[in-house]
This record gives sequence, structure tokens and C-alpha cells, in this order.
Amino acid sequence: MAAPFSQTRESPMSSKPEQRPNLYALTWRLPIIFWQLIFFVGPVLFMVAMSFFLVKNYRMTEAFEFVNWSRMLTRGFFWDSYWYTLFIATVSTICAMCIAFPAAFTLAFRASEATRRWAIFLLIIPFFTSYLVRTFSWFVILSESGVVNAVLGYVGLGPYTMLNTHFGTLVGYMTLTLPLVVILQTVTMSNIDKNLIEAAHNLGCSPLRTIWQVIIPLSKTGLIIAAIFCFILSFGDFVAPFYLGGSQEPTLPILILDTTKSGQQWPRAAVVAIMMMVTLFAIAFTGIALAYRKGKGAK
Amino acid sequence: MKQSRSLNFILGSYVVLIFAFVFAPIIFSMIFSFNSQRFPTIPLGEFSTEWYAKVLADPDIWKAARNSLIVSCSTAVIATFLGFCTAYSDFRYNFRFKGPYLALILLPPTIPLIIMALAMLAWLSKIEMSGQLYSIIIAHSVLTAPFAMAVIRLRLNQMDPDLESAAWNLGGSEWQTMRHVIVPFCKPAIFSSLFLTAAVSFDEFAVSWFVSGLNSTLPVVVLEIVQGNIDPQVNAIGTFVFLTSMTLVVLAQLFFASRQIKGMHA
Repeated sequence: MAAPFSQTRESPMSSKPEQRPNLYALTWRLPIIFWQLIFFVGPVLFMVAMSFFLVKNYRMTEAFEFVNWSRMLTRGFFWDSYWYTLFIATVSTICAMCIAFPAAFTLAFRASEATRRWAIFLLIIPFFTSYLVRTFSWFVILSESGVVNAVLGYVGLGPYTMLNTHFGTLVGYMTLTLPLVVILQTVTMSNIDKNLIEAAHNLGCSPLRTIWQVIIPLSKTGLIIAAIFCFILSFGDFVAPFYLGGSQEPTLPILILDTTKSGQQWPRAAVVAIMMMVTLFAIAFTGIALAYRKGKGAK
Repeated sequence: MKQSRSLNFILGSYVVLIFAFVFAPIIFSMIFSFNSQRFPTIPLGEFSTEWYAKVLADPDIWKAARNSLIVSCSTAVIATFLGFCTAYSDFRYNFRFKGPYLALILLPPTIPLIIMALAMLAWLSKIEMSGQLYSIIIAHSVLTAPFAMAVIRLRLNQMDPDLESAAWNLGGSEWQTMRHVIVPFCKPAIFSSLFLTAAVSFDEFAVSWFVSGLNSTLPVVVLEIVQGNIDPQVNAIGTFVFLTSMTLVVLAQLFFASRQIKGMHA
């Protein structure tokens, strides 16, 4: 994560790691340390501690018991939810990567610099724009009597049930992830040296083979990072599976939500949250290791 | 690669299709907000401002809008300040534990919001700071500071590293150099960061929902309405939310771009 920022452009006066930072240096360095220790590291560590607390008569008492862990990890419903969440987030990642690829390819290789810039400019807007309202909008559009079924009705098809299905959940995930995935793929591929593609063409390589053997290996790092972000976003989202998927098969985020909001069982929710974080870190680290592995095509 | 016309047409149409998918919910939400039907579909009902009238007459929504405004403005200022400090420290200094230092600010966006929401709720309750407007501001500052840091750090990348030493050689103190050289140089990025972090905060609903208690912001009100059933009021609120955050993101990007152009001349 830190890689793009860590290359300090040093001025000649600070080329050595300094011995003792002065007041000026500390003024800029300390605020974030204090702030994040209190309000980021604190909450995360406390959540870990909380997973060992007890709940008696709806009140949480500090303790060190493994009862929450054993309760959650021995229940079938937790593991059902765990595997389902892994599965649907993986499907979402594959869909987003495949759906985005032709668009990113076009923007990277067949569009002018200006078009590409406009496209990215436009895609950044929805990425930062109320995902919740966009999901609600899909809920209305995809409903039994909604716009999509009305249009299909004109050509004699449908009505189809799209809400409360995997399809609905995936539409929600795509709404969340597609803009980001298209942006990341486009940026990665537009950084490829065009001469290499020209060379592949001159050597008689077919366009599809060029994509497989030149473009994808050269943009491997960026593609994997796009996939990781897509997976993290899908894995952690509760809005799409809840509103569009009908939460028939609750994902882990829905489990956290239910356990926290209705059951007051914060410690058990913490167990779920920690399991999610561990899983995500394992997947992200594996992905990053793959992305930066030295080898054929690695940059 | 050979540019074949029909292939280019197909690929171009595909890109348009993707954009249609991405923008469809935003556009439909705006259309539905002026539609008289309770369950909007095609053909559309009559033009109506009924939902807006309802929304505007609701004191809870006014209160939520006021809360949202306070939260996003405060978050923007705090996150941009934190982001600037960190970006400058990273740019200027090498020090031990710099990796963990950067991880400290850059990690939050990689953790799912629902987990941050639970952790924040538990911790802020523990230190008796939950259920207040400032609880949301604190949580949002943690979530958005990385964006501020990224925007400002990229701007600092464009600064000639000798500029700072030149100012020192001319007799300026470090503080004077900061005030007269670095801050002015970063100004477009600072504005960009303010708008971007305000937009993210304005739209965030999961963490706000958990830590806000009774002080709902607009997205939390939307979340609560949506849980009932289809209520077209959401489209009216949504249209307002869309327009606000889109304006903020566009402004953020314009400042970001202006700085790139200036950066090329520098």
C-alpha cells in the first residue's frame, strides 16, 4: 500500500536519516500518530479484546473467556455464511474483472488521451457518490414491476424475478466495484509501452494472443491490485446482499449487523469481524506477493 | 494493432454500455424523484414535486441535513490537516519505522466499513464518546485522511526538492518556508482534498449509522427509510445527495487537474 508514497524525494539537507527530530519535524509527524493510535489502532485492538468479553443480562462485562469464539466457530450458520461470502465475493471479483476488461482495453489502447481522461474523470464521480442511494435505485429498477421488466414486457419477455437473487446481489456489487476496477485497469494498461504491442503485431502475433501473452503479463501487478480492491469491497459490503439479495443467505457483514444491532451481542460480532479481517489480510498478502513476484512479465 | 472499424464500433459501444450501467441508477433516481408514481416504472407517471414537498416539510430531514453539513465540513478540515502533516513528513524526512508510520494512515480504507463501524462503536462507547455528532466526525477523519494524504503527497511530488533548501539558503526559517513556499505550492491540492474528504464523509452511512446514536446524518435517514419499503422520498433526498457529492467530487478533480497543468510549467 505504502509503496507509491514511500520514495522520499530528499533535499540535500536531509539525505541522512536524522538523529533527533526538532520541534518543526515533530509538529508534522506527531498529529497523525496520536490521532490514529487513539482512533484507529485503539478501536481495532479493543475489538479484538472485546471478542473475549462476556455479555450478561444485555450488558457487556470485561473478561477473558473463549466462549464467544467457541460459540461462533462451532456453529454451522457461521461457516455457511463464511463460505457463501467467500464464494459470492470471488464471483463478484471475477465478474467485475471480466466485465471491466474490454472497456478498459478500449480506453487504454483505442481511445485518445483526452477521451481517456474524460472517462476516468466521469468514473471517479460515482465511486465517491452515495452507493446507498444507487442501490435503492436498482431496487426500484429491478423490481417485479420495475423499469427493466416493463421494457422486457414490450418485447414479450418476463417478468423476471431479479431481486432477492444472486443476480440482484451481483448487480449491487458491480455498482460498487465497476467504476474503480475500470479506472485501475485502464490506468495500468495505458502505462504499457505501445512499442511492445506494435512489436508483437509486427512479429505476426494475433490480437487475442497479444492480449494474453503481452498485455496481461505486462499489466499483471495493476490487474491483481484491482482484483484485490474489488474483493475487499464485495467481501465487506452489506448493502447489496441485504437490499438486492434479500439476505436469504446472510453474508458475514449482515451477520455482524444482525448480531450488533438486534442481539446486542457485540463480542460475537467482533469474532465475525476478526475472522473477516484475517481472511482479507491473507488474501491481500497472497495477491500482493503474486503481483510483485519477480518472473516472466513482472515489472 | 490494426484498427478495424467494426471492431472499434463494438468496443466503443461496450464502453458506452458500461457507462450506462454505472450512471443508470443515478439518472433513474433523479427521474423518479419527479415522478408521481409510488412504484416508479415505465411508462412514467405525471410530473410531480410531491416528494420534494414532503421531504422539505419534514423537520427530521432538515436536522439530518444540518448534521451532515457540520460533519462533512469538520471532517474535511481535520482530515486535510492530518493528511497534509503526514504527506509533508513523508516528503521531507526519512526516519525509522516509516513503513508502519505510513501504514497507520493508509490502512483504514482497506478495512471494510462494517468492521470499522463495529470497532468505532465499541471503542467510542468505551471511552464515552459515542452517540454524538463529534463521534461521526472522529470516525470519518480516520476514514478520509488517507485520501487527503494521497492527494497532497502527489502534489508534493511535483515540487522541486531544491525549492525548500533555496528558501532556507535565502535566510528563511523552516516555519517561514512552510508558510511562504510549501503551503502556497500545495494550495490546489489542499482544496482538492477538502472537497474530496467532504464528499466521502457526506456519503458515508455504515459508520455514521453505528456511532451516531440519535444524531442521524442524511445517508443514515435514507438507510432508515429504505429499511421500511419503497418510498419515493428517498429519490428526492437521493437527488439532493447526488448533486451535492457530485459537485464536491467534480470540484476536487478540477483543483487536482489545475495543479497538474501548473505542475508541468513549474
